[in-house]
Amino acid sequence: MAITMTKGQVGLTGNSAVAYAMKQINPDVCAAYPITPSTAIIEDFSGYVADGAVETELITVESEHSAMSACIGASAAGARVMTATSSQGLALMWEMLYIASGMRLPIVLANVNRALSAPINIHCDHSDSMGARDAGWIQIYSETVQEAYDNMFQAVRIAENSNVLLPVMVCFDGFITSHAIENISLVDDAEVKDFVGEYNPATMLLNTDNPVTYGAMTLPDTYIEFKHQQSQAMSRSKDIALEAGKEFGKRFGREYGLFDSYRLEDAEVAIVIMNSAAGTTKVAVDELRKQGKKVGVLRPRLFRPFPFREIANALKGIKAIAILDRVDSMNDFGGPLFNEVRSALYDLETRPKVFGRIYGLGGRDYKVKDALGVFDELYKVVETGKIDTLTKYITL
Amino acid sequence: MEKKNNFPLGGVIPKGGTAHDYSTGGWRKLRPVVDKDKCTNCLICWVMCPDSAVITEDGKMVGFDLEHCKGCGICAVECPDKVKAIKMEQEAE
Ligand code: SF4
Ligand code: SF4
Repeated sequence: MAITMTKGQVGLTGNSAVAYAMKQINPDVCAAYPITPSTAIIEDFSGYVADGAVETELITVESEHSAMSACIGASAAGARVMTATSSQGLALMWEMLYIASGMRLPIVLANVNRALSAPINIHCDHSDSMGARDAGWIQIYSETVQEAYDNMFQAVRIAENSNVLLPVMVCFDGFITSHAIENISLVDDAEVKDFVGEYNPATMLLNTDNPVTYGAMTLPDTYIEFKHQQSQAMSRSKDIALEAGKEFGKRFGREYGLFDSYRLEDAEVAIVIMNSAAGTTKVAVDELRKQGKKVGVLRPRLFRPFPFREIANALKGIKAIAILDRVDSMNDFGGPLFNEVRSALYDLETRPKVFGRIYGLGGRDYKVKDALGVFDELYKVVETGKIDTLTKYITL
Repeated sequence: MEKKNNFPLGGVIPKGGTAHDYSTGGWRKLRPVVDKDKCTNCLICWVMCPDSAVITEDGKMVGFDLEHCKGCGICAVECPDKVKAIKMEQEAE
């Protein structure tokens, strides 16, 4: 895609913006297999490869399992590696996702959120990346095209930080964000280079002067220590992510935190929701605020690691909270965001009333009226002091 | 492995040749035994052994490294049919 700028702004789909970010990062290797709705990322990017606009070695493979395997091999060899996928593609990478994180390889993956089969569906929900939430990858969720673009640069910086060295998944909503055109600001090529820096791994397979082995076996005498190390790195990555978001703001004027709070300071009731639907919810908040109602939104960005203390702190003092998941854990106990946020609130001295709602599966629209409906329910809970239904589906 | 808090990240083994220090012979159930009277020193067993556990000296097959031989029996199968110089025997016996 030819990029033409007007007044520093350019209209791009989420996929084109992310592909452009990858072009600017110019990774050493990209191994990928196309899948809707992320296809256009690799389509655009392969154009950049064909045009010689990047020096990247593009490896076209026969499946996503192979895509992630090739990413792992290339990363262990010492390369800066990126890829993109969605839904079944991420599911097919599953086995290898754990190997990437366990081997501490800072691969960056753009995941365009799409429902998992069956039934087959190509539209947005979060069952793909939420299913991979315990795979040891850092996960950053993006509300808009601009944020998806910006998150790619932060992802590289976080992943490759020597106190982290973990793979990062940048998630954004299939079709809603991936295919909608938004006016965004691009970062200058030279500034991107400066922000992401050079990748200099401490060990790599291709350094024949210092031969090393990757992927060795560990037995009960050592395995748990490696997992402990990995867990500590995950916990350290929270501050590194915060730092990256701050530094990004300092340089380019758009600062990012662990989560995004919208009109939350004096809120009585609030919705916690991720990705693009947060934007819809903010419109509902503005409407209700006009009527004098004190409502707000909290949108987690960093879901792995889960900043439970910070989120609890931001939500304390609120009377009733609805946590909306675009995925069902199929556990008869709500979605993952509901469970983790609710658990994070447990240590508060005065716990808010909390319920969970599952919305928008398989691309079902979530509209302003749906958000208003949830706020109605929240006010009922405040009035009666009781939660009628702890978890249920909306937008049915 | 030295200190537990000093583990290399991600299970990387930070130097070469460490497989030599790891004894895998204890996994063996069957032990290869060579009849040197039959052996023609073709070295096919040396080529095929997945654990580099066939020992050679001056281009001749001289026996097995039982610290590392896992007893898979590949050498016995691969030793040419006309020769069949390797037999697998029960380790327990
Ligand atoms: S039994 Fe297997 S491991 Fe042992 S020497 Fe023969 S081929 Fe090698
Ligand atoms: S394969 Fe058989 S004949 Fe050839 S060197 Fe080995 S034991 Fe001897």
